[in-house]
Amino acid sequence: MFEEVSFEEKTKEEVAEEIHGEEVIVRVENLKKYFELKKSFFSFRGKPLYVKAVDGISFTIKKGEILGLVGESGCGKTTTGRLLTRLETPTAGHIYIMGKDIAPLKGKELKEFRRNVQMIFQDPYESLNPRFTVMQTVMEPLLVHGIGDTHEERVELVIRALEDAELKPAEEYLERFPHELSGGQRQRVAIARALVIRPKFIVADEPVSMLDVSIRAGVMNLMLELREKYHIPLLFITHDIAVARYMSDRIAVMYLGKIVEMGETDEVIFNPIHPYTRALLSAVPVPDPEHKHGRVEIKGEIPSPINLPPGCRFRSRCLYAEKGICDVKEPPLVEVRDGHYAACHFAEELAQEEFNPFKE
Amino acid sequence: MPLLEVKDLTVHFKIRKGWVYAVDKVSFTLERGEIMGLVGESGCGKTTTGYAITQLLPYNAYIHKDSQIIFDGVDLLKIGTRPDKHYEDYVRIVEYHPEIRKYRWKRISMIFQGAMNAFNPVYTIGDQIIEAIKTHEPNVSDEEARKRVEKLYDMVGIPPDRIDNYPHEYSGGMKQRAMIAMALVLNPDLIIADEPTTALDVISQDRILGEMNRLLRELKKAMILITHDISVVAEMSDKMAVMYAGQLVEMGTTRQIFKETSHPYTEGLIGSFPSIKGEKKRLQAIPGSPPDLSNPPKGCRFHPRCKYAREICKEEEPPLVEIGPGHYSKCHFAEEIYGGGA
Repeated sequence: MFEEVSFEEKTKEEVAEEIHGEEVIVRVENLKKYFELKKSFFSFRGKPLYVKAVDGISFTIKKGEILGLVGESGCGKTTTGRLLTRLETPTAGHIYIMGKDIAPLKGKELKEFRRNVQMIFQDPYESLNPRFTVMQTVMEPLLVHGIGDTHEERVELVIRALEDAELKPAEEYLERFPHELSGGQRQRVAIARALVIRPKFIVADEPVSMLDVSIRAGVMNLMLELREKYHIPLLFITHDIAVARYMSDRIAVMYLGKIVEMGETDEVIFNPIHPYTRALLSAVPVPDPEHKHGRVEIKGEIPSPINLPPGCRFRSRCLYAEKGICDVKEPPLVEVRDGHYAACHFAEELAQEEFNPFKE
Repeated sequence: MPLLEVKDLTVHFKIRKGWVYAVDKVSFTLERGEIMGLVGESGCGKTTTGYAITQLLPYNAYIHKDSQIIFDGVDLLKIGTRPDKHYEDYVRIVEYHPEIRKYRWKRISMIFQGAMNAFNPVYTIGDQIIEAIKTHEPNVSDEEARKRVEKLYDMVGIPPDRIDNYPHEYSGGMKQRAMIAMALVLNPDLIIADEPTTALDVISQDRILGEMNRLLRELKKAMILITHDISVVAEMSDKMAVMYAGQLVEMGTTRQIFKETSHPYTEGLIGSFPSIKGEKKRLQAIPGSPPDLSNPPKGCRFHPRCKYAREICKEEEPPLVEIGPGHYSKCHFAEEIYGGGA
């Protein structure tokens, strides 16, 4: 009886967290972001049109975990990243970071929250101020958040962050400008800038897609090493599924603003359930000339995200779609296997058949 | 006789501070109906090599006079260039050369990087393709040209009723398909495709590559596929040429390159590429970054980044030697390290 009372205030997940001893840093619940379209001259009386960029997604990220968010362009993965760093204000839903809901924050509170979350952007040629030296760039977050008492102390932190990002010896880089650095070095500076204030959570939006292949591997390895060292959870957004596989512990696949499948990385890749995930995976090119390409057919192209029809948003392209089911109700994201979620009315049946496009 | 024979192609760009040695002594041959992947990182000279074949190079491009591009028995560089006044070792491209225009697009067409911006936004796509037909074949009537476009649209998988749409009405994948249709419309022998699918999503990329593969095999067209993505090359091409810092470092069949890798750079490139298949292996990054081509390193251009580099690599440029049938490597120690490619 006593135990029941003590559990009363906790949600199911929190209980699970206590049992597994794993700390959930980020919990997103039913997050939505609708962008209102500019009304045209003739439609001023009609209902406003929305682009439902993110339409009710939920996931959690544990301490030290990397969640890979994959999907095609326009699926809402970047908007999700921008919501989690509160560069966008959510239309609805909750974002709990260390238990605090940051979705409704404003003004001073928002600034304080920003100390806990950092972002690494796609293009290191654009995300660094060309008129700032490396030292100024990396020190900026310290100054904004008032960390460190003296200049010397801050320089010390900057040097440590640069060395963490494998820019050694750090002193040599301090006075350089971005144009004096290669693409890989710039992205390392961006990583150092994100790390210098020891955030609780990092969002990385396509951090390696602008880099050359031989440089990319180094930056990815660095991010994995830093995860080992600091256990900072990471939301890794990418369109490249091979990169997502290399980087993440778990993968979430997005399609038109919804998560359609989520689970442990290799579980999702080698046992995909959702028809979209299957099509997506079978389209990934493999750097092996002996690989036999098994194509999963998929109809048409991504429909416009404006005023989506009811039902499953993938149904117009899906081979399994059935009238009366898929065009009526939107499938919820359900746990099909242990820790493996899929949003499909036929998930149970599809999970029965074996599907692995990469069987040896 | 091969369809295309490139011999010692050397293209240097003159800049204010001196020269950029963009392409140095690149040689390869291409048979009819063959697909060759030309891979390398940004700035390695792969695009310059491709564009040199159709002589679409900027004004400051200087081609070495000993370079040859023999297409179907004719040296295109003999036709389309004139000796330079100031530098006697070089020739330069004559713009709008009427003889070259008979080859360009008619016999050798191109698929440009970023088809998104390759079409003129103020003309319908159909008009632009028909213009290409009528420029090269003035006797073709409008109706006939239109029929040909319709047939091609069918082939590349765009509904023919979209011919009269403007580029902005097409999705990215459709523009890329239209670009392929435009490249095929004059029935060329060779297509040079520069990163044809890099800007596309996986699913459209897969479809377009599949379509291209099918069409090329069906029509027996040769293609040079310029890309940085070795997985695309692995799926598409018969043979491969790997470029680094303006030079060809390894060449062979796609199988040889992947399975009997014989150059440290190729090894590094494959080792740093994540795969979705098989066991998850730790990727090996190549240390350092590609050299500045206005001042390339002495000796082997890869030596500052090479884990096998020895003294000789710093001094002497390695020759491109055949280490297996049709398999070439530009490394002093190719046989020693890789056992002669076996």
